[in-house]
Amino acid sequence: MNVRVVAFASVREILESSPRSLALPRGARVGEAWSALERLFPALCAHRTSVRIARNGRIVSLEESLLDGDELALLPPVGGG
Amino acid sequence: MDRELFSIVRGPVDPRCLEALASDAQGGIVTFLGVVRNRSDDGRAVVGLSYEAYEAPAVREFETIAGEARARFGEVRLAIVHAVGELDVGAVAVAVAAAAEHRSAAFDACRYAIDELKRRAPIWKKERYAGGESRWKSNE
Repeated sequence: MNVRVVAFASVREILESSPRSLALPRGARVGEAWSALERLFPALCAHRTSVRIARNGRIVSLEESLLDGDELALLPPVGGG
Repeated sequence: MDRELFSIVRGPVDPRCLEALASDAQGGIVTFLGVVRNRSDDGRAVVGLSYEAYEAPAVREFETIAGEARARFGEVRLAIVHAVGELDVGAVAVAVAAAAEHRSAAFDACRYAIDELKRRAPIWKKERYAGGESRWKSNE
């Protein structure tokens, strides 16, 4: 299955392009998506503890299961205002 | 209910957009404008800021914050508008207005809205320094 990954700020710069498509085994969880991204982009490791992940616009844990076509958003600490 | 306004705009915010909040029933309107400064918190010369947002969730967060302000402070209406893209020093990056029957609730709601926006809206800024360097800055 494929999910759509969108990333912002420092994390977007590491991913080189956003949105991007990520292929995962059927039934994969958010944590597996993150691990797959870390393998592709090792610089992500430094952000592991600070990035929150949203699935289809809602913040989720690494245990959340994914479905084909989901949007995963990688959200570093915010800086609005 | 009268009109509220929640949006992300490209380029500087025109504060006149806050006039949409005016109504005959509410006698106090408090506004806050966040403006791009020429210095960073650590004293570096800043030439501008670049903002980006996870736009639809950011606007939903503005609406949620406004609902919380109503629960806390009573009949208040809010306008929250944030810029994305490249902003020069002096540009308005964010505009918040709170309208209430009397000033006290309007001040409280405006303060609450900008504080919560900075704490949790999915918006990011990069400081651009004189000399060409730049750095992402979080509010944490």
